[in-house]
Parts: sequence; C-alpha cells; structure tokens
Amino acid sequence: MSSIEVVAGNGLLHRRAFLTRGSAFAAAVTGYALSDTAAAQQLVDQPWSKGRGVAVQGYGTPSPFEKNVVRTLSNPQGEPRTAHGRTPHHLINGTFTPNGLHFVISHSGNPDIDPSQHRLVIHGLVTRPLEFTLEALHRYPMVSRMTFLECGGNSAGLFSSEPLQADIQAIHGLVSCSEWTGVMLSTLLDEAGIDPKAKWLIAEGADSLALSRSVPITKALDDAMIALYQNGERLMPGNGYPMRLLLPGWEGNMNVKYLRRLKLVEQPAMSYYEARTYAPILPGGKAYQFYFLQEVKSFITHPSPGLRMNGPGFYEISGVAYSANGRIAKVMVSADGGKTWAQAALQAPVLPKAFTRFRAPWRWDGAPVVLQSRAWDEGGNVQPTRAEVIARRGQTSKPLTNPLGFPSQHYNGPTSWRVESTGEVRNAYA
Amino acid sequence: MRTRKGIVKPNGPQRLRDTEAKKLSTRAVASSCLVTLACLSITTFAQSPLNSGQGTPNLGRPVSEADIAAWDISILPDGTGLPAGSGTPEQGAKIFAAKCALCHGPEGKGGTAAAVVGGAPLTNGIDTPKTIANFWPYATTLFDFTRRAMPWQQPRTLTNDEVYALTAYILSLNKIIGPSDTMNAQTLPKVRMPNRDGFVVRFPEKMP
Repeated sequence: MSSIEVVAGNGLLHRRAFLTRGSAFAAAVTGYALSDTAAAQQLVDQPWSKGRGVAVQGYGTPSPFEKNVVRTLSNPQGEPRTAHGRTPHHLINGTFTPNGLHFVISHSGNPDIDPSQHRLVIHGLVTRPLEFTLEALHRYPMVSRMTFLECGGNSAGLFSSEPLQADIQAIHGLVSCSEWTGVMLSTLLDEAGIDPKAKWLIAEGADSLALSRSVPITKALDDAMIALYQNGERLMPGNGYPMRLLLPGWEGNMNVKYLRRLKLVEQPAMSYYEARTYAPILPGGKAYQFYFLQEVKSFITHPSPGLRMNGPGFYEISGVAYSANGRIAKVMVSADGGKTWAQAALQAPVLPKAFTRFRAPWRWDGAPVVLQSRAWDEGGNVQPTRAEVIARRGQTSKPLTNPLGFPSQHYNGPTSWRVESTGEVRNAYA
Repeated sequence: MRTRKGIVKPNGPQRLRDTEAKKLSTRAVASSCLVTLACLSITTFAQSPLNSGQGTPNLGRPVSEADIAAWDISILPDGTGLPAGSGTPEQGAKIFAAKCALCHGPEGKGGTAAAVVGGAPLTNGIDTPKTIANFWPYATTLFDFTRRAMPWQQPRTLTNDEVYALTAYILSLNKIIGPSDTMNAQTLPKVRMPNRDGFVVRFPEKMP
C-alpha cells in the first residue's frame, strides 16, 4: 500500500496507481451502484450455465439486463416539434458511442429514405454541376476517422443560475463519438470544379424541413466528409441515413443529415438555424453568430448524477474530453471543488476532434466532496472556469426549471458533481 | 406535397446504359490513379479548377441547373434566388388564418408553436425568446424558411405568391413594413430588420 501516492485533496491518487504491479486493491476497484456486496455466498452452478443458450440473432441486441441503457426522449410520441434523444454517458464506457445510443436531434422526424432513390447534387459556383448516387459514392476512395459530434445546445442546463437537478444524460447527453467512414468532400468538389468566387456552400437535407446550413468553403476543403458509415454500419436513420455531411469538431446542426444538395455560393444563406437558432444571446443584448466550433470541454461520467456510490473505498473517476481544435493534451481532476488537482491518465489513442477517455484513481473516505475535471487541448486552449464562462456569456435570470431547456448554447465550462455521504451524486456549482 | 420528382426520376434504360458506359471508362482511370491519389494534396486539387477531377473516379452525372430547379430553393440575404411572384399583408392574413393559425395562434400570437409577432428586448437576458422582430437579421430568412419548412405537416406546398403574402403579413404584424406594402423579389431584400446589426461573429478567423 505504500506505493499508493495521494496527489490531491480528498483522496485523489496518482494516475498510475492502479497500474503499479501488485496493487493490493486493484481487485477491489469496481464500478458504481454495485449490487449487494454483503456476505459472500457459496458459488452455485446457475440455471443459465446448465441449459441450452439463446439462439444467435441476425442483428444482435444487448442483454435484457441492459434494458435501461437507452436514450432519454424529449418527444417520444413524435409531436410536431423537435425531438431529442440523449446519450446515457453514465451507463457506457470507452470512447465510442454505440449507434443505437448516439444522440439524435430531429426537428421534423426522420425521413424514411429509399437509398436507391437518394441523390446528392453539387451545384452553384462550380464548373460542372454533378449528381451522385449512393452506389457511385461507394466506389470512391474512402477514409475513416473518429470524431465527436456535439449539439451546440449540449450542456445548456449549466447556464442556469442555480445548479439544475438532473442526471448527466439530461445535462451532457447531446454529444457522442463515432468512427465515420465516407468520401472526402474535397474529392467531389474538385470533380465539380470550384469557381474561385465560391466562399460558402449551402448544405441541405432531404428531410421535410429541407434543413440547411452555410459552411465556409475552407472547412469543406479541410476535413469535411460525406459520411456513409457510422461505427462500421450504414448511418442510423436518426443520424442521417443514407448520408450526412460530417464537419469534424463543428456544431452538430451544421453536420447536415440526409444530405441531398450542396450549393456553392459567395455569401452565407443566413438560414433559420444559423441566423436564429444557433446564435446565442450575450449579456447586453448582442448575439454570437457563426459559432462553428465545439470548444475544448470535459466532464466526468463516473461517478455522475444517475449513478450512486457504493460506500467508501476505491473508485475510478473517469470521463471524456474533446475539442474542435485537435487532440486533448491534458486533463486535470479535482475532488475538492477545484482547490487541488491531480493529472488524469489519458487513454490511448488520443485522436484529434474525438473523445479522449480520462481516468483517475480515487480513494473516497465517505465524506461529501465535489468532483471536477478540466481539459487542455493541443492548441493551448483550456476549458474556462464556470465564472469565466458566465462573465462572458451570462446565465439565466431565474433558475432553469425544465431540465431539457436551452437557455443558451456552447457551454464549455467545467461540470461539478457533489458526492454526498449517502452516496448520492448531484450537479453543483463550485 | 411537393415530391422530389424533378431530380429523383427512375433511371430509364438509355440513361442506365450511358451511366454504365461512363463507369467502365472511368474505372480504368480511377485504378491507375489510386496510388498517386494519396500523394496529391487537397489544396492542389482546389487550386487547379482547370484540371478538375483528374485522378479521381468521376462517377458523378453532369446535370444542368434546370434539372436541379425543383430542389434549388436557397435564398440569400441579397435576394439571390427569390422567385417571381408577390403578396400583400392583406392576402397573407387570409392564408395565415387558414394554414398557420392552428399552431402559431390567431394573428400569430402563439400557440403550440412560437408567436410570430412581438418579442421582448434582448437585453432582458440570454434566455429571451428569439422572435422575428427582436432577433432575425434578414427578412429573406423568413421567406426561405416558410417556403422550405412550413406548414410543418405539409412543407413545400405553398405557392410563391402565398409565401410572399405570408412574409408580408408577418412583417406587417410586427410593423417592420406598412400594412399595404407588397413583398416581391425586389422589395423583400430591401426590408431592414430591427436587429440587423445585433451580431458578433464568434470566430472571425474561421470565416472564409
């Protein structure tokens, strides 16, 4: 036990403590909300070990015991308004989000697109307007890349003047991370021939809103992709089947789903979603326009509201960090509300514009503590404190009452989880 | 409801044959270029419009702007893309009552969907509801979004005259234009919205 070094307040251990050979407590490190750990019982050969197993399914589904690991839905009946499905970050681990749990925001329902009839058109300020079938795109050289996708409104509840009492799924459930595979947009634009006058492209979907956003041509030529696959399979309908625009690191809504048209133009369209919806109001009454980037951010998923501590002892604090500006360089974790910090271990590979899982070993003594994480990216950007965010961006005049409300957008300050002595975990400000 | 007929017509035999022939001829080019493809930078391609598409598969079907017309509904703030047609607030009031008031309320005062008239000052706070009058910088956005997305259950069923009339009605309700002002491709882009100058570009270095 002497090898276990406490490096920050309230029991944060050195990030390599668990990797130390012979760590006596390694086996004691488990998850959260353990089932009964009372007196040991004699092991028995369970019925499922002695009968014939369940037949293999054509498309696998999780164990029935995992039935609670689902997205939470803001509009389950499909009423005529926006529907949100949020990722349960506290119930999954690693860096990639399973396709069925990837967050979805659908402003008018998911169109039921026949892929053989779908077309992608590139036109406007080009030499040759072109139309692509899905079959044609599948013959192009493809690339795969991991990238997070985050709604500009993710974490908006943290703009509330008082800490919102909601679980991590409500607060941070509108960000996910996948491996996307498809055709680089620059290849297709080159074939169409870009008129030098073109500065923007208007991307439009085949959904009933024909949702459209304007994208700088510089981003389109940098790393934009026509994504056809998500974690190895065709895109989910909620994520844009059969194809979407992928703009790594940029505001989710700009990654237009059901992509059917790209028009090259000289000026932005000032579409509804860029001129109105994703333009956050600032204190004083001006508003940010063309926010584009999902800036460096991190949050602790384990523990978090929605999970429960199972008594004092050893736990792993872990979470995700990500930035539109490249790789995560460092994540610090605090167990005393930001007074002292311990460096977290970053799980390799650390990829640009993708989730990086951070981990920090922790010995909880059972007293109330406040957990925080703070991330730096390779561009030298640091996650601002909440005070810094609020000074620049403001907060609500009254506490937010709707846990799914969007008082503003693009919150990238820290999240503070207060762990009570009862084992309950709550959202707090520190 | 408007369909995507203008673009998505089933391939006829002749067209299919043409497409297959084109694919066969480009396949050889594509395979011979695949090795070098990885070495060519994207910027090289972008800066060489005259050599467009060399070394890539070229499997797109050339289309004319006329082929795309049914999909090409983008309106720019300077009025580019606005169609022929016109409408007045008076005409718009009748259409609104018939097709919009169910969700947006009588005279646009709000219902299950947002009000289209009025709005508090944005200085009230960061969570002030954004409205056409207090927030939208360009009147062209109102035409564009109404035409592409409204009515919510039956998008792209309004005629261009109806969209002009609804746009005129809503702008008139908000006293941004007069009660007898006609909106068309010439007048609409000239409408100056109250909050036109209310914005700050977040990352100027990311603008093209």
